[in-house]
Amino acid sequence: MLLDLSKIFGRSKNSKDFAKERLKLVLIHDRANVSPQFLEMVKGEIIKVISNYMDIDEDTLDIQMTRTKSEEGDRIVPALVANIPIRNVKNSGK
Amino acid sequence: MGEVIVITSGKGGVGKTTTTANIGCGLALQGKKVVLIDTDIGLRNLDVVMGLENRIVYDLVDVVEGTCRIKQALIKDKRYEGLHLLPAAQTRDKSAVTPEQMVKLTDELKQEFDFILVDCPAGIEQGFKNAIAGASRAIVVTTPEVSAVRDADRIIGLLEANELRNPKLLINRVRPDMVKRGDMMSIDDIIDILAIDLIGVVPDDEKIIVSTNRGEPAVTDTKSLAGEAYRSITRRILGENVPILNLETEEGIMFKLKKLFGLRAN
Repeated sequence: MLLDLSKIFGRSKNSKDFAKERLKLVLIHDRANVSPQFLEMVKGEIIKVISNYMDIDEDTLDIQMTRTKSEEGDRIVPALVANIPIRNVKNSGK
Repeated sequence: MGEVIVITSGKGGVGKTTTTANIGCGLALQGKKVVLIDTDIGLRNLDVVMGLENRIVYDLVDVVEGTCRIKQALIKDKRYEGLHLLPAAQTRDKSAVTPEQMVKLTDELKQEFDFILVDCPAGIEQGFKNAIAGASRAIVVTTPEVSAVRDADRIIGLLEANELRNPKLLINRVRPDMVKRGDMMSIDDIIDILAIDLIGVVPDDEKIIVSTNRGEPAVTDTKSLAGEAYRSITRRILGENVPILNLETEEGIMFKLKKLFGLRAN
């Protein structure tokens, strides 16, 4: 009865939901085998290359490891997601 | 030509040895010629779980070092026709065997046995590398806990990196009552995270400890739910299409009945 009442009033998350969420996060890093330092290195290189062609906002630039379904089959694979705000496109490339 | 299956997990204490003993015994009961290899050198246990600890003369290290012939080291289980054990050495360490030696050994055993089950030690070091060296199939054992699932994921990655594609998952020690109230990850939750095929689910069952006490694998116990689970896993390994044991409903009915009579569901 107690259980049913708490369900009606929007019970807090089950402990297994915490387990699942924490696991998903920790596995992203385990699977990709990347350290924060490694990610910083990648970030630095990307900034260097893109800066040759466009003016980017380095402060709000965000690069993260995440996971996504692979294109063939249902396997979950790691993915690198970058959000790079562009201030201005340089014309030297033309 | 026999098949070599490695039973592994990464994390210790999730039930690799119990699984090896039960699947091996189950396959023998199905009329197969089976040999179980304990590769946990220095921490051997498959012998006691099988109840064969008093019959060890030679071990795995003796075989690979050429101290004896394979035949001399194999312990024939007199209770179950076709079942054999190759015990680990207890006084040596994992470096006493190399992956190359394991490949050679399993290749020879394949000539004579239908199934060679390799009980892998915990960890991802030398012992793991030895255990997987000769295998063509892998079973990853896990329990519904974050630590065990995390390690299983790591092991799956390492197996695939070593060309052992398509490992199968065995989820051990499931407690349907806890799953029901949301305090244990369900089978679907775990498969969703690990993204591999399921070979079977084994419920948490007191009978496992009772059978280990006696040195008789639970798969032979027709009254045990875990035994039933291992029997269906055995048949799945042989290629039969057996539905996954529905723990929720079986336990569910007992649960409700006991509740009805005011007894504690256990």
